Amino acid sequence: MAELSTSSETSPRGGHRRGHYKIFLGMAAGVGKTYRMLQEGHAEADAGRDVVIGYLEPHERQDTIDQARGLEVVPRRRVPRRDTVVEEMDLSAVLERAPELALIDELAHTNPPSLGHDKRYEDIGGVLEAGIDVFSTVNVQHLESLNDQVAELTGVRVRETVPDSVLGSADEVVLIDLTPEALIARLRAGKIYPGENIDAALNNFFRIENLAALREVSLRQVAEDVESKRLVFSQTGRVGTRDERVSAEVPKAVGERLLALIRPHPSSQRLVRRAWRSAQRLGTDLDLLWVKPPGEPIQGEVEQQVTVLRQLASVLGATLLIEEHDDMVAAVARIVRERGSTYIMVGESLPRRGIARLREPLPQRLMRATPPGVDVRIVAHRGLRQDEK
Amino acid sequence: MIEQLLIGLALLLGLAGGYLLARSRRRRSERPDAVHQILLPFTGTEISRRAVDAALRLARAEGATLMPAYLATVPKQLPLECAIPNEAAKAMPMLEAIEQRATAQGVPVDARVERGRSYRHALARLLEGESFDRVVVPATADGRTGLSGEDLVWLLGKAPAEVLILRPGPEDDRVLTAASNGAGRH
Repeated sequence: MAELSTSSETSPRGGHRRGHYKIFLGMAAGVGKTYRMLQEGHAEADAGRDVVIGYLEPHERQDTIDQARGLEVVPRRRVPRRDTVVEEMDLSAVLERAPELALIDELAHTNPPSLGHDKRYEDIGGVLEAGIDVFSTVNVQHLESLNDQVAELTGVRVRETVPDSVLGSADEVVLIDLTPEALIARLRAGKIYPGENIDAALNNFFRIENLAALREVSLRQVAEDVESKRLVFSQTGRVGTRDERVSAEVPKAVGERLLALIRPHPSSQRLVRRAWRSAQRLGTDLDLLWVKPPGEPIQGEVEQQVTVLRQLASVLGATLLIEEHDDMVAAVARIVRERGSTYIMVGESLPRRGIARLREPLPQRLMRATPPGVDVRIVAHRGLRQDEK
Repeated sequence: MIEQLLIGLALLLGLAGGYLLARSRRRRSERPDAVHQILLPFTGTEISRRAVDAALRLARAEGATLMPAYLATVPKQLPLECAIPNEAAKAMPMLEAIEQRATAQGVPVDARVERGRSYRHALARLLEGESFDRVVVPATADGRTGLSGEDLVWLLGKAPAEVLILRPGPEDDRVLTAASNGAGRH
């Protein structure tokens, strides 16, 4: 309880403290975000804090309705929408009630046009500005930058999106994780949708491959969030709050490490750029390796390109390794074991001529020489698309 | 006998031809114009299309290499040579977009990212460390390039090369961005 208060920032407007923002992120409906939010709300109330439900969407799930019992609910606002009346969160009532903590479900929700804000996350912004702590929920497919990716993976596109900055602005993001098998079991048991909708859900969105992909996206999203916060502290040198310091000090949870095979040539910069962006998405470190043929002097054009690559590595926070070896594959295999690399990225090979055609291609040799579980990715040369020339 | 002579002659001619071809290729790759570079400094997440296309036209006409250079500023409280992931996140897609455009036009690219306390400082470090024959700088009235009028005057005085400052026409607001060139995602 005390931690929540001390970890909030000072509002730039009015000098009062901005509320602490905690988001429960899930891969799909039914993983238990709202349930967990209510559980934590109860825990805060039991600890003596003034907690209210600002808005709850239980979707007729009995477990969720039961879990909400005992918490004060701010009455909803009835808003006309087309030919009907819908119930929405009453922002004014929440602000007037001024609790210490408000539980506000479904931050990606779109408000009817007659309300002040278009989106619920904007309402939440107002609540936070008033110094009220907020717990809220969202599914990963609502994040703007992941919307295309999720649509591609699952074939289902959601219309209600929120900027990624909303997640970035949260003081805490809690991933509510569930295995796809467990989620499907809950769905079959009627804990997510009523009986008549279960088969349709199983045949469409709730397929095991969809859920597995969404779970991976969610895990990565949270890993990247942790890493981006770590970078902010390491770059700014700001001391930060206790929670922030803990976040910055924890060891990296995702054990990926990228290794890009380069050579002192301008074309390698493209590979480095792609490798760095992949490393950013995975929230992991990047090593650049040049296996230098023995006796080859580093001078002239080679020296210049090594300098350029060293500078690029420094800008990106990557590590440049130069290994002198006459067997590139053996050298790479050794570095992979030493550095714990999990991905190897190589550029496209030059066209092979003469006797070199008989030799096994580099990616295959790397696959055989490196430990199991190491992925080899070939970075294609990507020219401008025809329609963009 | 004559047949053997002819075969021997053909072999000799083949070997001589191969040798001459290899030598001409080596010479071509060692020609001094292979080091010709056209510097294209820029900042931020967009660059004038006119400037990029002009630099590419020049590079193609002269057989030169395009050197797009992203100028990054590093806050004073951080070491100048520190990693700059936020700046890199802007620079990498932009360099990718420029390289894609250059590749489509057959122009080789050798990109740079230069750090400095200010854009001018980064530019000064770039001029000090690199050799090039021309500099193409996009100039816009709204200061989108990050280089001020004073910076451009400074560049004219300091750059050891021909400087082309390109002002887009009043209606020409076309810019190259990572997203517009399909380099935003990969």
